[in-house]
Parts: sequence; structure tokens; C-alpha cells
Amino acid sequence: MRWLIDNFSVVVDLTKTHLYLALVPLLIGLLIAVPVGTAIRGASWLRKITLIVAGIAFTIPSLALFVTIPSVVGLQILDPLNVVIALTIYSTALLIRAVPEALDSVPADVVDSATAMGFTRLRRALTVELPLALPVLVANVRVVAVTNISLVSVGSLIGIGGLGTLFTQGYQRDYPDQILAGIIAIVVLALAFDLLLFLVGRALTPWTRQQKVRRTPLVAGQSAAPAAGEAS
Amino acid sequence: MITFSGVTKQYPDGTTAVDNLDLEIDAESFTVFVGPSGCGKTTSMRMINRMITPTAGTITVDGRDIAQTDAVKLRLGIGYVIQSAGLLPHRTVVDNVATVPVLRGDSRRNARKAALAVLERVGLDPALASRYPGQLSGGQQQRVGVARALAADPPILLMDEPFSAVDPVVREDLQAEMQRLQAEMRKTIVFVTHDIDEAVKLGDRVAVFGPGGRLQQYDAPDTVLSAPATDFVASFVGRDRGYRGLSFRTADQVPLHTIRTATEKELPALRLEQGEWVLVVTDAGVPRGWIDVTGVEGARAGRPVSECTAAGGSLFSPGSDLRQALDAAISSPSGIGVAVDAGGAVTGGILGSEVIAKLAEQRAAEDRARGEHFFTAQPATPDGP
Repeated sequence: MRWLIDNFSVVVDLTKTHLYLALVPLLIGLLIAVPVGTAIRGASWLRKITLIVAGIAFTIPSLALFVTIPSVVGLQILDPLNVVIALTIYSTALLIRAVPEALDSVPADVVDSATAMGFTRLRRALTVELPLALPVLVANVRVVAVTNISLVSVGSLIGIGGLGTLFTQGYQRDYPDQILAGIIAIVVLALAFDLLLFLVGRALTPWTRQQKVRRTPLVAGQSAAPAAGEAS
Repeated sequence: MITFSGVTKQYPDGTTAVDNLDLEIDAESFTVFVGPSGCGKTTSMRMINRMITPTAGTITVDGRDIAQTDAVKLRLGIGYVIQSAGLLPHRTVVDNVATVPVLRGDSRRNARKAALAVLERVGLDPALASRYPGQLSGGQQQRVGVARALAADPPILLMDEPFSAVDPVVREDLQAEMQRLQAEMRKTIVFVTHDIDEAVKLGDRVAVFGPGGRLQQYDAPDTVLSAPATDFVASFVGRDRGYRGLSFRTADQVPLHTIRTATEKELPALRLEQGEWVLVVTDAGVPRGWIDVTGVEGARAGRPVSECTAAGGSLFSPGSDLRQALDAAISSPSGIGVAVDAGGAVTGGILGSEVIAKLAEQRAAEDRARGEHFFTAQPATPDGP
């Protein structure tokens, strides 16, 4: 703990880098997966193929990806972009499964009646289906965010920043305090970010936490008997 | 006016949902599509707003072939209500009702203001406006669904089993509301149901669909009950169709008899024969139940009136039909139906035998009328086509 307090500004700097490396891939992944995931829902064969490809992508070990990307895209091995690209692949692979699943969770009769009322396809996707898919989508985004935060630390094995450097340095110097500081910082970061996403999700979906209000229904000008029936 | 000509819907697997349908739906009429599940009634309705495309035939709305129109524009002019109401769960009640006006380009502010007025019109408290649909009861949601369909004041309303998911009391309430609204607004309504009672109650015209998506009969509801066109219709409308048909006959001429009534205070003084019944009424004359000799003994022994009386039957109120008159008589423990005035006070008693006699009298008159038509060479169907 001593080490963490003495080197707090160093840890804060590393945290910033860490967050950057974890969240930029998440955002890029969302930008790719939301439109693609929406589009592939229409054709079941396309959806199947995408799911298989995404499944395979996610099985590639992260360290292997960190090492091969530089030669494939022609970057320096120490370029942080390597980590960003690798994590973008993982994020997209996870989210491209999640987006169609989230859209599946939207009740079919709601989509059907929206169409019948005269929503255009685009307007329906943006104002009906996406908002209603949010609860499932946010749950998946939280998983991806936490996964990314933990995966960034692997990047330190190939010398790319983030809080993982506290592990590599602490190990080399045989200095457990530094390793402990790294563990605490990453866990706190992951928990804090998960909580933040949870709160954002709640704020975006106010209708999901409304309690059913049970009071005398308000049937103006009707007899008491039907009103009582509606309340039961 | 909505016209189906030669409309068929066949699915790639070979099943025929709708088979060569020819149908004319008059403007401002309340038309009910009725039939068992899988008979093509919903499919037929959903072809009107192009939610389903027919494989053959044409559908016109006010003379225009809908296949040539823009589907989105067409739908903006047709109100739509479904079984579960299909409300947008993430929008408040007022925004749900304002949906179509906003889609048509109204400002949100104006659309909301108009939506509040529509909510009141369908009998909902405007205080519900800021709730989410999930916070409402099933009956309330269904009312919001109707309000949403009416908000943009479309000339056509499509309703797909809108009241089948609510309990019977609420359903009856919603049906009455629908009749009231239709009397007020005169929309062209196409209403799908599997319930023949609901069909004959609400419809000006009833279209009975049968197996294989074939239209079996398209007639006024009393004709469907009294003269089923096919064996299928006869079996679908059921064994008690004769009894249901009574609801299309007036009971104005059924004679009222004076019945013995007594208030609670008068009970101990009553002297009754075995098998004799007296109607217990409140001071205002509202019926509370029937009492016989054993009941009177109980009342004398000091037991509360509610325990001494047999519950009354259904009540016959002014303007009711023969079905209600007969039901009042046969549901009453004394065999005498209780007639009440608009305020609920007893006006007299009805005898079942006289209800049947009245039916025979009306039929005889109709037969004579048909005979006269026949002899004067007029069309033999006085009810129209």
C-alpha cells in the first residue's frame, strides 16, 4: 500500500493510458457491430457465418495477436496501436453476437405494430428497436468493457503501457508492493467502470424500472363494476 | 370503401391462408371478420394495410389499388389495434398516443396536446399520460391502443382481436366503449375476432371465414344467426344460435305484470304459501333478492336479509331485447323476470312463456310480410342483400 500512496501520480498516469487502450477498442467495436449486427439479422445464413467467424476470432490467444499484428499491418512492435487493433477485434467479435441477440429481445408485436403504424424501416430501427434492445446490449457492453480492461494488462508483456507495467516491473524487481498496487488499481478501475456503465444503462432505460402502479383505474364516466374488474 | 377482388394468399410451403376472397366493405361500416384460428381472417385484415402482400388479386381503398401506393403513407392513414395493444414500452402513454401524428410531421408539442384530448375521449384519466404502458392494467393498455389508433383521425381502423386478452367484465366495457365511439365518429372499422358473440354484438356486417381461408358468409349479424349460409357457419355460430338470435328482437311488447314486493321492514309480517315468492326491495324500489316462506321464517328469527333471500336473476331494463327478457325470466329463482326502470327500481315482472309467445307473434308477422312480398312480386328478402 505504501508504494501505491507514494507513487499515486504514476498510477494515475498509467490508469489514463490503460483506460484509453481499453475503451477506444470498445467504441470502435460498437461503431462496427451495431450497424453490421443489425444488418445481418435479416439473413440467417449471414448471421450464422458472422457468428462462426466471430467465435474463431475470439479464440485466438491475446498474446499471439499482439505479436502477429505488427507484421501483418506493418507497425512497430512497441506501437500502442497494436493493442488497440487486437482489442478491437475481440470487442467486435463479442458485440457482433450481442447486437442481434439484443434486437431479438425486442417484443415482436411491438415491432409489428410500429410497422403497421407507419414507421419507416430506419426510423423504426433507431427509435424503437435500438432503445428497446438497450438493456441486453448494455449488459453485453459491460462484459466487453471489463474484458478489455483486463486484457490491456497483457499488452505490458510486449512492453506497451497501462497498469500492466506495474506487474512486469514489480516482478523484475521482485517488489510485491508494486504488483499489489497494480492489482488494486485494475480491480478498482474495472469495478468503477462497470458501475458507471450500469448507471448509464439505467438512466437510458427509465421504463424498465417503473413499478406497476395499482390504484383504482381511472375510467371516467363508467360504472364501478368494470373499473373494479380492470384493477383485478 | 375497401374492396377485395379475387384475393388469395398462398405461402411458399403451399398452405393457402386466404382463398379467392371477394368482399366489399362499406365506408363507415363496422365489419367483423370472424372464424376459428387459421381461417385467414387476420391475414385478410393485414393485407389492407400491406402488412401482408397477397399472391393474387387486388385490394382497393376508395377505388385506389393499394399495391400502387406507398406502404408507409398508406399505413399512416389506417389506425391499427392489436391484441396486446402493441404499445411502445419505452414511451409514456401520451407519447404513444402521439406517435402517428408525429410520424405524419406534427410537432411533438401539438401532438401531445391532441393526444391528451384523445385519451379523455376513450375514457382514460389524463393523469395516466405520463405513465409507461407497463404500469397500466390490461384494459387500460387496450384503451391506450385504441386512442393511439384514433389520434391521427384516420378514416379506417383495423382491429385484430383487440379485446381477447382482457377479462370478460373489462371486455364488455371496452366493447360498449367501441360502440359509443363508432356512433360518434363513423369510421370504417374492420374488426377481427374468433368470438361469434363479439362479432354479432359489434358488427353491422359479419364475414364468417372457414377452413382453407374461404369466406363462408357475409351478412348482417341477425341473418348469420337465423339463416347460416353453410353447414360450417351453422356449426360455428353454435347450438344456441337460436337463443343468441333473440338479441336482435325487440322486447318492447312483452307484457309486464305486477309482482309482490316487500321492504325489509315488512318482512316479519309476511304470510306466504309454500312455493310463493316475494321480491325484497330497498326503500327506493331497487330489487335485493327473492324470498319464500323459509326465508321469511329466517327473517323473523332475526337473520340478515342477505342470508334469507335467494339472489335475484339478471334484470330486464328498458330498451332490452328478447334475449335479456328471457334470461331475466329463466335466471330468476321465482321464474318471474324482474323488469327495472333506468334508475334501477322495479317496474314489473316478465313471464318466460310470454316472451316465447311474443317471439312466435313476431315470426308470424314476418311470415305474413314475406307472403305479401311474394304475392306483390317484390324482392323476397326484406333485410337487403
